[in-house]
Amino acid sequence: MTADPPPPAPVFSPLHAVHVAANASFTDFAGWQMPVRYSGDLAEHHAVRTAAAIFDLSHMAELSIHGPDAAAFLDYALAGKLSAIALGQAKYSLLLAPSGGIIDDVVVYRTGESEFMVVANAGNHEVAFETLLERSAPFDVEVVDISDDLALIAVQGPRSREIVAATTALAFDVVKPGTVHTDTVHTDTLQVGTVQTDTAQVDTVQVDTPRSAPDARSLESLKYYWSLTAAYSGEPILVARTGYTGEDGFELYVPVRLAAELWRDLVTAGEPYGLIPAGLASRDTLRLEAGMPLYGHELSLDTLPAQAGLGRVPNLSKGDFVGRAALENAASAPTALGAETGGAPSAFVDEGETHSPSTPSRVLVGLVGDGKRAARAGYPLYADDTPGGTLDNAAGDTHDDPAPAPIGEITSGVLSPTLGVPIAMAYLDPAFAAEGTAVSVDVRGKRLPFRVTPLPFYSRKRA
Amino acid sequence: MTDYSALTFTAEHEWIRLEPVSEGSPATATIGITSYAAGRLGDVVFVDLPEVGAEIANGSVVGEIESTKSVGELFAPLNGIVLAKNQSVEDSPELVNSDPFGEGWLIKVEFTELPELLTFAEYQALLGDDALTDDETDRAGA
Repeated sequence: MTADPPPPAPVFSPLHAVHVAANASFTDFAGWQMPVRYSGDLAEHHAVRTAAAIFDLSHMAELSIHGPDAAAFLDYALAGKLSAIALGQAKYSLLLAPSGGIIDDVVVYRTGESEFMVVANAGNHEVAFETLLERSAPFDVEVVDISDDLALIAVQGPRSREIVAATTALAFDVVKPGTVHTDTVHTDTLQVGTVQTDTAQVDTVQVDTPRSAPDARSLESLKYYWSLTAAYSGEPILVARTGYTGEDGFELYVPVRLAAELWRDLVTAGEPYGLIPAGLASRDTLRLEAGMPLYGHELSLDTLPAQAGLGRVPNLSKGDFVGRAALENAASAPTALGAETGGAPSAFVDEGETHSPSTPSRVLVGLVGDGKRAARAGYPLYADDTPGGTLDNAAGDTHDDPAPAPIGEITSGVLSPTLGVPIAMAYLDPAFAAEGTAVSVDVRGKRLPFRVTPLPFYSRKRA
Repeated sequence: MTDYSALTFTAEHEWIRLEPVSEGSPATATIGITSYAAGRLGDVVFVDLPEVGAEIANGSVVGEIESTKSVGELFAPLNGIVLAKNQSVEDSPELVNSDPFGEGWLIKVEFTELPELLTFAEYQALLGDDALTDDETDRAGA
């Protein structure tokens, strides 16, 4: 998101003409011209929270991983245990550098016994592909960039299941051989059993009942972070119950040539439910309310998973994987990487170090403020020692030092459309990271009070 | 419908309307941002305006207009003293989007000398393909 070399000619989504016709405003995102909004950020945001909206995410990168060693390769190349997910299942994971830093965060879908799809961020398209390709050398596996073949359409919001079901050209009762097998349920049960005992027991009961087999291929029974193959205009498309908004929703991976037609069909089916097209602006405010990290803001090559609250993504009970040794070292060190920078208190390590919000040992927290003024990415955080948290001179009055060192930095912030208060994510020195701690943010020269609050800021009511 | 010919503009996408005053009274102007600026910002959620009585200097930052995604600065288009600020717009920032040339005005200023400003035709030329249309205010409010 910061200054990069000027991008080459913009890339257009296969749905670009549809967006132009819908009067979208566009923004550059990782070299792509993508819709930033149609009717308005707030209307689009509220549509996702109360009804549904449709997003074009065709800028995302899709990488196909297939071959006899596919599962073993991903267990080595990514931080999670991807061999443990069942056919049709999806899993959030991390692509780590040997340093333990985050190259990208990805969602992995198992689309076959020896076949996976890794979905990477648009901004990390090249590095994710090249890193996986490089790491695949010792394995009997192929890594293929299929991004140019696929468009990605997301339907998100509480009415999204009804909308996808009402899209008559989408057929969910047809199962293509080689994509979603008839033994899905069986595999599912085995795999769930290895991961989580409680769930396994529940699922086993379901499997023993005859009705569960067809259910596993129906939209109604498709669980969150599972996918299935539907037929659209006679072609298989992957329909996943995944998303980045904090609401129920679906992501549809569709061949480029069918994308515009599917978009129109979904819009037509969705209109009675209040579905509207939504752009990247609302996508960002939605994911922030849901406490979801965004690469380039909360995640970077200088961030260890544990700092970002993703300590449970790397699976240390599996075999070796890239980044493992660094994570184990960090875990055994007293203050993570902070100890290796010379043992200085982290508040004073700032100068001369690489400038990253996640300066070693800082941790990601949620912050909530008063009033209407947002704290935005890059704004510094200071200790707030004044009882009651008065606005002005809070730090200056209580310290002799006229320029106290920042204790952290905002990575994302907005006036929450759903909650009506400023919310932000920030990296903070651990001494200030406890829930309820009062801090102050320098908002363009004015100190505004915020307090540490658990993530996410917003959770949908689950049925 | 906005009578744009009654307005002058700045390259920072502000509009200035000279108010009729009785003889001997100081000249006053109403200032706001154009529908183009409001559209570029997105949904405005917070407006910070200078206090009544504040002296403002041409070209200086005197306020902020925040949308969900970005922060726009309000530049003083002339030297003057703030006579009034639009309390309605501080309470309902969405007025900047829905009626930028009307209910979404920002401040009223007393001044003695008018700097060189853009005519409507000049501002339209500056906007090029994004030039304002007659139904601009309606579209901005849609």
